[in-house]
Formats: sequence, structure tokens, C-alpha cells
Amino acid sequence: MNKTVNPNELKPAGDVGPLYAARKKVYPQSVSGTFRRIKWGLMAVCLGVYYFLPFVRWNRGLGAPSQAVLIDLPNSRFYFFFIELWPQEVYYFTGLLIVAAVALFLMNSVGGRIWCGYLCPQTVWTDVFYAVERLIEGDRRERMKKDKSSDPLKLERISEIVLKHSIWLMIAWWTGGAWVLYFNDAPTLVKELVTFQGPMIAYIWIGILTATTYVLAGYMREQVCTYMCPWPRIQAALTDEWALNVTYRYDRGEKRTSVKKAAELRALGQQVGDCVDCYQCVAVCPTGIDIRNGPQMECIQCGLCIDACDNVMAKIGRPKRLIGYDNDINIHRRQEGKAPIYRIVRPRTIVYSAIIAAIGGFMVYMLATRSLLDVNVLHDRNPVAVKLSDGSIRNAYTVRLLNKSGYDRAIAIDVEGPINPTMHVVGADSVTPDRPIIVIPRDSTSELRLLVTAPAENNPEKSIPVRFHVMDIGLGVAASATDNFVAP
Amino acid sequence: MTDHHSDIDSVSGKSTTGHEWDGIKELNTPLPRWWVITFYLTIVWAIAYWVVYPAWPLISSNTTGMFGYSSRADVAVELANLEKIRGDKMAALGTASLADIEKDPALLALARAKGKTVFGDNCAPCHGSGAAGAKGYPNLNDDDWLWGGTLDQIMQTIQFGARSGHAKTHEGQMLAFGKDGVLKPDEIVTVANYVRSLSGLPTRQGFDKAKGEKIFAENCVACHGDGGKGNQEMGAPNLTDKIWLYGSDEAALIETISQGRAGVMPAWEGRLDPATIKAMAVYVHSLGGGK
Repeated sequence: MNKTVNPNELKPAGDVGPLYAARKKVYPQSVSGTFRRIKWGLMAVCLGVYYFLPFVRWNRGLGAPSQAVLIDLPNSRFYFFFIELWPQEVYYFTGLLIVAAVALFLMNSVGGRIWCGYLCPQTVWTDVFYAVERLIEGDRRERMKKDKSSDPLKLERISEIVLKHSIWLMIAWWTGGAWVLYFNDAPTLVKELVTFQGPMIAYIWIGILTATTYVLAGYMREQVCTYMCPWPRIQAALTDEWALNVTYRYDRGEKRTSVKKAAELRALGQQVGDCVDCYQCVAVCPTGIDIRNGPQMECIQCGLCIDACDNVMAKIGRPKRLIGYDNDINIHRRQEGKAPIYRIVRPRTIVYSAIIAAIGGFMVYMLATRSLLDVNVLHDRNPVAVKLSDGSIRNAYTVRLLNKSGYDRAIAIDVEGPINPTMHVVGADSVTPDRPIIVIPRDSTSELRLLVTAPAENNPEKSIPVRFHVMDIGLGVAASATDNFVAP
Repeated sequence: MTDHHSDIDSVSGKSTTGHEWDGIKELNTPLPRWWVITFYLTIVWAIAYWVVYPAWPLISSNTTGMFGYSSRADVAVELANLEKIRGDKMAALGTASLADIEKDPALLALARAKGKTVFGDNCAPCHGSGAAGAKGYPNLNDDDWLWGGTLDQIMQTIQFGARSGHAKTHEGQMLAFGKDGVLKPDEIVTVANYVRSLSGLPTRQGFDKAKGEKIFAENCVACHGDGGKGNQEMGAPNLTDKIWLYGSDEAALIETISQGRAGVMPAWEGRLDPATIKAMAVYVHSLGGGK
């Protein structure tokens, strides 16, 4: 990366050098502009959703949780507005994760590390922590000065430090606090937490997430992206030559010259680069790199250097976007005097979009058509068949009825097959002697033992399929399942 | 020590380790400080773990840790909690009548779950894990019962057993007609074939049905009843149905008649608590054959 020899790294003979590399602390300068505004906006939306979503209510009727988004671990249910998922439907999350992964690929092939620069929690919270730091300790220069200063600590400086860490910890604590609200009724839990009546596990999780937020956003910062996160590596493997990345347009920028000298040379009609070597792009960078060295793994592509450079270009009366979303192809085209081309729609983005549309569409279809009444049948394995005293054959099945709706259901069960089977539900005959009708409470399952008997004259020689029909006798909703009837 | 650390790679500008292979030198890239700190912290953590938790095996025991933690004690606590949670329901199982348990879906489910577990622990060795039985051990899924298939009868059999030695046990056995010299070998063959004819099984050529009927009436009717329909009071099986505990072929029948049969079902009273025996009875009854 750094191609110039840093004289400080030259070691005298015999020096074994450090065993570890100390972090070079980054002091990003404040900046204003288009991308900064986009980042503020997205930060407000992301944090707003995260902190306040648990308080959104959703009426599901009496006895059901009224929280719009709730992960109910004790009852193994996931609620998301009008959707209620059971553990066996966890594949919807698989689908969601696949869509999320491909969406990440799509973002990457269109605009590089959009996720890293604008949406990743690490970026968002680090940004919040930097904002707090800047508010209390001042901008880049002041912070560097204060850190370097060897003067004894004065009361003012101490109060700054205490205030900064207190606010950081408060934000971190709210972050952990909001997390646990997704797993419990939020208003109730808040009341319990503030009166110290909350469950221990909630306090533990708040503590863990307070610690991770404080450490990762306050101290680790860009090191998380550089050393810990796998995405920069994956991203580098997924990118192509058309992807728009935050790029220093060296075709325009080089050769770097001072403002004054550039004006002189331009007056003489000479070709001069627009970069005035002001290092503003480096000063604002939250990862402490120089974008002019080309695409780098550390770069999270937050676009702040674009804002910084645009401000400078405006001041010296040169066109904006010396740093911008661009790629090498266009740099070379401009060098050859050709107009740049932008290919957002290309096979790669089309394929990604198609995958997202296909999986997303399939999931929506599955969700829209999923039955709120279901039946699973499991044939007894031991014994598979029982011979009765009159010579007829009986098979036993474990039947699980699932009622995913918000009301109790009365279910009638029938069995159908070529052997003229008769059926008996263990325990049901004493309740409803004529016809097996089972009541399943709302949002629950019932397991039944079903005995199916084939008359002696109809004994099958091998296994034959039988079909189980269940029907909600109130609403007419039906479901069925097939299993086999076997002879001993 | 050589002074290779002052060796600077001309391309990257970084110092090298001095290791060189075919002209390619290894750059000296130190680990990030936070990584090294984390690494040392894990070592500290591991040592703390040894001190706090049981960790080191000793000759006949192990170190117990500062707080005497034991996962076995955890299990005991969990089990006690489970008993507490189940307390009310298990109490209901103990007080409700057998018929009421079968009528209440929640109690039935509890009894079946409990019964299934206890069956696996205690009954499966003879009756099989699915209660399908084996030769000499009745299949509990079918509708043929030696000692009766109502809830009360099943519970009685579980409680007191058959030929178990318990004071209230079921008594009665198949006599050894051949071994004890009651019947002659050819008479045994004849009556065996007669028994086969009762359930429509083919008989040996030249078999004298009238003679078989006469031997049966003189020796077997006392227990197996007129026509061989059996008698549950004495555990005498129904000989007219399709279910045979010791086999229905002629050789098996001859062996049964000449050697006798007296399978033992242990008494479970005293070994299992009353609520568990109830759960077992409901479970066995619900397997499908219950009357």
C-alpha cells in the first residue's frame, strides 16, 4: 500500500523491531456535502428503526402478543407485523438470508461497498461515536493536539473525557437495551428493567451489547473492517471492472501541483492536474487512508473524501468530482479522449436482480399461500403392522395437527384408501363417539394416535398409500397428507 | 544475531524477517496490537477457568474449582424444577380415574408421554420398544388379551403381574400334559390338530376330529372353555383367533401341550409409584388393543 519508505521504520542493526503493530489512531475531520447528508439521513433511519421498532404495536387479538416485531423464544414464535412464523418455517429466514447476500452482491456490482460505507452497523455506530467525540473534544486538529499534549490533565480536559465516555456508554447501553426489547414485550420489559425487576438474562445481554458497542465503535472502529470483517476480502473477489467505486480520477488529478503554481502553468497553456495535494481527502477519511493510492482494502467507500474534495474544488474554481464513483475503464477512456460510459445494467447485475426477484417472489408466494391448518403423519415404526384376532391388519400413525390461526379449530379427520380402511382416534371416541372431531386451540399443535384397520378380506400384500384428510368443520379449510399402509 | 531486521524490502519499504527463498524475502508484518492483547487475554481467561471451574483430573478425582461447580448438581436442580413444573399435572394423574384420564386430552397426552418413557425403561426388554412382543411375550398392540384388555384389567396386570409371586398376582398355567403323563404322544398330536382346526388352520391327513374333540373336552375345556374361546380369569388364551403367543404350527402346539407354559409377568407395584402405573396402563390401553 504505502510505497514510500518511512524513515521511522528503518531500524538500526540488531533491533528486533516491535512484536506487534500499534494502531495508528485516526482523527477524521468533519466534512459537509452530499454524501455526508446521505449518511446522516441513513443513520437517522437505521437507528430510528432499530431503537423504536420494538415499541410499534400490532393487534393480533386477545391472548396473542401485540408487538409488531417480536422474537418469542419461550413459545418459539416469530412475529413480524401480519406474519407469524413457527420454528419449522425457519426456511423463510434462509430465503431472507440468501436474498440479503445476493442484494449485497448487487449493491457491490453497482456501487461498490455501499453496505460498508452507509449501512453497516459498525459504520453507523462508529459514525455516531465520532460525532459525539467531535462535539465534545473538537475537530481533527484539536483532538490530535489534545492527545499529543503531555501537559498535566486540567479539570476541563478531564470533564471532556468523562463526558465523552459517559455519552458513549449511554448510547451503547441504549443499543443493548433496544436489542433485548425484540425478545419480550417492550413496554413491559422497559418497566421491569427500570424497576430492577427484569429477568437476569436481559441485563446480561444489555451488558454484553453495551460492552461490544462501546469497544467496537469507540476503540476498534476501522480495525473491525480491516482485520475482522470478511466482507472486504469477499467483496474484492466479487467486484468487476464496471463496478463504480469511490475512485480518485488520476487522469484529472495528476500531476499534483499547488494552487498558485497550477494557475501560473495554466496561464502558460500547460497541462496541470487538478489535485492540489491539500490532503483534505486523507483528513476526513474514517479509515485513515489516502484514496489517491487507488482502490484499497481498508476503504469502506463512505464517500466522505468526495465531499471533502468537492469543497476544495469549489473553492479553487475547478470542476467537482475529482474523487467520485467511477472505475478504471472510464479513467482510461478519458485518457484516450473518449466519453466515459456507465454500465449499471449488465449481465452480472441482471443475474443478481433476477435471483433476488426469483427467490423473493417464491418466498412471497409461499407466504401468501401457506396454510394455517396443516397435518403431518408419521407411520409407527415398531411395530409397523399389527394382526388382530380376527385376522384384520391394523397400522398406527402419529398425526400432528397444526393450527397456525388465531382461533380454536374443530377438526374432522377422515382416512381414504383402496383397502376400505376404518379409523379410530385414540382418546377421541369417548368425546365424540360418531365421528372423530378434535379441537385444537389457537396457535398450537395437537398430537394424535390414529389406528387404521383394513378388514381381513382387504389385507394388502404390500404397502399401499392411504390419504388422511383433515377439515376445519367451521370454516371448511382442509389439509391432507399421504402415508402408507403396510401388511406385517 | 544477524542484523537482518535492518534489511528493508525495496518494493514495499517494509523490513523483512531475513528469511529468503530463491530471492524472495518474507516481509516482517507484525500482528495488530489488539490481536496480541486479545490473545493474551484468552490465556488469562483459560487460567482463570482452571481456577474457577473443575478442570484438572487427579488420580481418583479432579480439581473442584473455587465454587464447587458441578454439572451433575445442575442436572439435579433442573430435574427438581421439572418435577415442580409437572407437580400439579402428575398429582392430577394420581387422583383422576383411569376412564377420566382417557377423556381429558391433556391428561391423556401426559399419561401417554409418561407411559411411553417408563415403558421403554421397564417393559421394552420383554415386550419390545414398540410393545410388539415376541414369542412368549404378548404383543400389546393387538386386541387379544390373556388377562383382559380393559383399563382396569391392564392396570391390575401391571400392578400385580402374572405368576409373579405377588399375593394378588394372576394365577393359572398351561399344564404339561405330556411331561406329566396325562396324555399319550398320539393323543397330543390329535388334540394339537384339533386346536388348529378351531381357528381354521389346516390339519394333518387322517386326523380324527371326533377323538380330538373328546380329548379337548376332557382335558382343556376346564380352562379354555367350551369351543376353546379362552378364559381371562385364568389367563387361558382364546384358541379360535388368529393370534398365537407360542406359535400355531403343529410342532409348537405339541410342545405347548406336552411341556406346558407359564410365562411370568413381574409385579410392578412397589417398584413404580401408583401415578406411573396408571400412566402405563393408559399408555398400553392407547396402543390400540384396549377394550
